[in-house]
Amino acid sequence: MEIRVNPTRMELNRLKKRLTMAQRGHKLLKDKRDELIRQFLILVRKNKDLREHMEEELTGAFGKFLLARAVMPAENLEEALMYPTKTLNLEISQQNIMSVYAPKFDWAEEDTGGEGKSSIYPYGFVDTSAELDSSIETLSGVLDQLMELAEVEKSVQLLAEEIEKTRRRVNALEYILIPKLEETIKYIKMKLDESERGALTRLMKIKDVVRAKM
Amino acid sequence: MSTYKIAVIGDKDSILGFKTIGVETFPVTSSEAALNSLKKLVSDNYGVIFITEELARDLEDVLSELNKRYLPAIVLIPNSKGTLGIGIKQIKRNVEKAIGADILFRKEG
Repeated sequence: MEIRVNPTRMELNRLKKRLTMAQRGHKLLKDKRDELIRQFLILVRKNKDLREHMEEELTGAFGKFLLARAVMPAENLEEALMYPTKTLNLEISQQNIMSVYAPKFDWAEEDTGGEGKSSIYPYGFVDTSAELDSSIETLSGVLDQLMELAEVEKSVQLLAEEIEKTRRRVNALEYILIPKLEETIKYIKMKLDESERGALTRLMKIKDVVRAKM
Repeated sequence: MSTYKIAVIGDKDSILGFKTIGVETFPVTSSEAALNSLKKLVSDNYGVIFITEELARDLEDVLSELNKRYLPAIVLIPNSKGTLGIGIKQIKRNVEKAIGADILFRKEG
């Protein structure tokens, strides 16, 4: 399978240039892919650990929350949680992992409770249960992990996407474009050699004819 | 650099607690409602959206499309009934996509 071209010397030079270019690109992309995969593996391991840890803690917090719900009247519970003492401010900057742009999250808690530094509990302790306290404590402890997980998971997703793309390009170069170019170059060379031989035999023949006439 | 918001979508029992730590909560009961709030949040400037696995199960197409985007980051969380393992499965799928074979979880699988 070769590219249809005129078998000329000019075309040959052009194709040779394309081939070296393709080979250079292939090498570069291969290096890029390898490094991407290395980074990806580091991140994905972290992602797995974080997620497993987070799921465990969060399930624990939910369990406690469920208990709190069970021992408290629903209205009381909702009333207790109605006005949070904190809002989260999230700032996003870009980080560059092998020219894959992934978001980096910086978050800060901001007290909205009013006077001074407020506690994480947005309610008084009169008509709430202790289970609610401990559930909220776990939850606010898990937030750091959640945000880190969000960052890592997003990077992993974007990296996976990029690796797939790069791998496709590497394969297209390696298995399609480069063999095609090589084949075509070979074809042109053979054609040129053939016509050279043709020209030579023709010359010899003419020489014979001319000699015979003399 | 600008300021973004954080939201959580899920059933009320699971996500009510998030309100106290400053995350905006969007309680929904069905996956259609979840999809609607998700769409609304995506077009607004939310940087991180947590969604329970139970709801995410039916929204896989939308989520995998959103995962290719730069923002928002969508994170699956378990709900009060425990984890469904979708989050882990997603990591697994990413590994398969990037490497071609699952090399992280091979021992368990």
